[in-house]
Amino acid sequence: MNVAEKKARIIEPETLIGKRIQKMDAPEKASGKTRYIHDINLSGQLYGKILRSGRIHALIKSIDTSAARALPGVHVVITAADIPDQRPIGVAKDHFPLKVGRVRSQRDEIAAVAAESEEIAEAALKLIKVEYEDLPVISNPEDAIKPGAALIHPEPHGADGTHLHLKQGMSIAHKGKPDNIAMRFDYVHGDVIQGEAESDVVIEDTFKLHYVTHCCMGVSGMIAEFDASGNLLMYSNTQVPFLHKREFAEYLNMDPARIRIIQPPIGGGFGSKLDIYPFEVICLYLARAAKRPVKMLFTREEEFLASPTRQPVLLTLRSGCKKDGTLTFRQVHTLHDNGAYTSWGATTPFVMMQTFSSLYRVPHCDYHTAAVYTNNPYAGSFRGYGNLQATFAIEQHMDMLAEKIGMDPLEFRLKNAQDAGETTGQGMSFKSCGFKDCLNTAAQRSDYSRKVKENTANRSKPGNIKRGIGMASMLHVGGGAKIYPSDGCGTILKLDDFANVTLITGASEIGQGSETVLSQLVCEELGLPISAITVVNNDTAITPWDVGVHASRTTFIAGNSAIGAAKKAKTKILAVAAKKYEAAESDLDLRGGFVIKAASGEVVVELSKLLRNLHFQDKAELVMTTFYYEPPSVHQDKGFKGDVSAAYAWGTQVVEVEVDTDTGQVRMTRVTGAHDVGRVLNRLGIEGQIEGGVIMGQGYALTEDLMIENGVMKNPNFRDYKLVTAPEIPEMDISFIESMDGEGPQGAKGVGEAPSICIAAATANAIANATGVRMFELPFTPEKVYRALHGQTPKLYWKPWRAE
Amino acid sequence: MSLKHDIEFTLNGVKRRVAVDVTMNTLAMLRDVIGLTGTKYGCGEGECGACTIQVDGSSLNSCLMFAVDCDGRNVITIEGLANDSKADALRDAFVEHGAVQCGFCTPGMIMQADHLLHKHPHPDEACVKRGIEGNLCRCTGYKKIVDAIVAVDRA
Repeated sequence: MNVAEKKARIIEPETLIGKRIQKMDAPEKASGKTRYIHDINLSGQLYGKILRSGRIHALIKSIDTSAARALPGVHVVITAADIPDQRPIGVAKDHFPLKVGRVRSQRDEIAAVAAESEEIAEAALKLIKVEYEDLPVISNPEDAIKPGAALIHPEPHGADGTHLHLKQGMSIAHKGKPDNIAMRFDYVHGDVIQGEAESDVVIEDTFKLHYVTHCCMGVSGMIAEFDASGNLLMYSNTQVPFLHKREFAEYLNMDPARIRIIQPPIGGGFGSKLDIYPFEVICLYLARAAKRPVKMLFTREEEFLASPTRQPVLLTLRSGCKKDGTLTFRQVHTLHDNGAYTSWGATTPFVMMQTFSSLYRVPHCDYHTAAVYTNNPYAGSFRGYGNLQATFAIEQHMDMLAEKIGMDPLEFRLKNAQDAGETTGQGMSFKSCGFKDCLNTAAQRSDYSRKVKENTANRSKPGNIKRGIGMASMLHVGGGAKIYPSDGCGTILKLDDFANVTLITGASEIGQGSETVLSQLVCEELGLPISAITVVNNDTAITPWDVGVHASRTTFIAGNSAIGAAKKAKTKILAVAAKKYEAAESDLDLRGGFVIKAASGEVVVELSKLLRNLHFQDKAELVMTTFYYEPPSVHQDKGFKGDVSAAYAWGTQVVEVEVDTDTGQVRMTRVTGAHDVGRVLNRLGIEGQIEGGVIMGQGYALTEDLMIENGVMKNPNFRDYKLVTAPEIPEMDISFIESMDGEGPQGAKGVGEAPSICIAAATANAIANATGVRMFELPFTPEKVYRALHGQTPKLYWKPWRAE
Repeated sequence: MSLKHDIEFTLNGVKRRVAVDVTMNTLAMLRDVIGLTGTKYGCGEGECGACTIQVDGSSLNSCLMFAVDCDGRNVITIEGLANDSKADALRDAFVEHGAVQCGFCTPGMIMQADHLLHKHPHPDEACVKRGIEGNLCRCTGYKKIVDAIVAVDRA
């Protein structure tokens, strides 16, 4: 081939950016060949199972495991008494993997078994006898903060030695809580009293957001094995391998350097794998005690019972504006049902307050949260991270204020929408901002303004089917989030002598398609086809450090990191080629697997040949580079102010519904979305993210409801917890606003969480447009809608908890 | 605890003899006894469709079928379909249309889609949606799955 190409072959420019690139792992997955954690078995492996409380709030009086230990095939039975060096886990370090002295919720872990088979492990659990003394149950967060309420975490539990089964002198202890308040957040900019004085219209409403859960199709699981030298190998579903490695080491009192975490493909994440959960630490205890690999998988029922939930919130919003449509102030009080223990759910105010303070220009804003302990399931992180809840309230108020002053709701939003170049009261600085384009695009493509009027006029006409249209918008971090002191990601990149590139990234592929998009970015830089790349990820022994999968950060952060490494490789390659072919580096480029002349596209040399020669020359070399990307964002100060993300994502979604006034049934017919994504990298992937997010939002709005009564989960199964199915999905029309963010990889911003955020809020506005009735409590089930239409919904009231 | 029973059936075109517990379901037999892990456990009670297989030309949830009831039947799993060139177009359509994200529902979804396409070689969108209504997916929002199935041409 080289001989024939002496007559100046020209390579035309081509780009991978914005194309529909197939997901690299899709053929394996579509053939049933992908090995998820459930499909991995190690020789000599035992099966772990956990005995859960079944009581909601009780003292543990005694545990008798003797019969379980005697069952043939049982290797290990553990309770808190067997692990005297237990340390508390979770975001606030407020619970032990195996509960000590007291259970605080239905899912609480009492004992665990490792046995030859799952059946034997289950049989052994049934032989464990536990005596309890029941305590008063707090299932309503409002009750938790009443004077004299039973305390969920009253006594110190941990290292003080006051408790049986715990070793004296442990370094970490939970001191207990004199009240049931797990966390508080107070944010202020401006002066809401002044803002209210300047208002022509003031409204106040209380909103109630319910429990939902992730429902990952693959249940949670883990495999742990200690080798003969005491090194730990974990097959784990975690979204945070590097930070968790260090934490696991603490819980086991071992050197973190001796822990290796491999993340096999997972059956869905959505934020659920962001914390360390008791089952993971218990699996480690079992493996340590058994000296055999231990595999632990949840059943679906267990997945419901023991997984984190989205944060349920009671929220009172007071908003005002002037007659000309200028927003004046927002005052927010929220009560978060923390559940029995503290996970990331308690910290959702970080995101919620951004929406209140900065989605629209608002000169005065107050935001106060108390996350309170109850005996309910505990809330974790879930795609959108508090933003669905905040947006539900704020976007209903935008419609209601517009109506009060007689302004078109789109015009009212446009008047108050942020622009590029603005820095908000919370210190967020919008370098790129396509918000107004999102508003206009979604409105035009859905014919919003015409339909709003038409539907309003049709309300009084006969017929039980009423059409409605509603709009909501969102602001979310799109350039990582500096939650930790670093928000970085590392990359190692190497080219082999066939010009195949291996990308070793700190990023975790969890089904979202990060492998594919990172490959695109690298191949774009190196002028290679996507078939020329191999991605190595999800193994802490091999990949460079990364903060984890959260905050829609992977494309942005890992993408910039991958580009950084590819640019260094390119510089090196072009320097070698320039020297060898006596050209200026700046006159050369990489394209189609060749070094070319940048101006003409004329082939200089095949890249693989150049790389091979590099190995065999006098000063032999390899092309192997590393890069660490740290975004130019800052940690928030004590007042929660600061430019926490390197870029911000915007979006507007318009929902159309049909409400059957005879049955209360709401059918979502169409969703028109416009998202400022910076730039589309993989069109196929980004469409999939948006569509999936929209339907997750539909479930939140209409069908999903994790029912908790007196601390008991009533519907831990797919029969009674209703996920959206294929026939129910609306028509979807998605537009991408390309604001070309200056810091983003090829201009892109994060988008993973964005599409689920607006749907419930827009649905509420659509129902109001259809029927004239406002609903403040999710989900909009036929029963709730029917009651609301017949005036049978008592107005939500809550005496807001005030900051001291 | 365990009463074993010998059964003989055709699995992906190959005759098999296995001894299974009488209480075992087909999903557990496929995964734990035979070692074919493409069929997934999602709920164990017939609600999610991740364990969909084909038995004598019908699609069903393998978690709800006793393993002993496979005796004398013709069973096809995702592994069998993946090796059947007649099903290549369906798998390729899933890949091309972006119908796969985490991929956990995908084997069951493809088994159901293949069954649907046998019954309705040219299904419209509504027919496909109805046909996969028993298969849950949490990632894709179904749209690309429906697009993929509609795009398969089974003349």
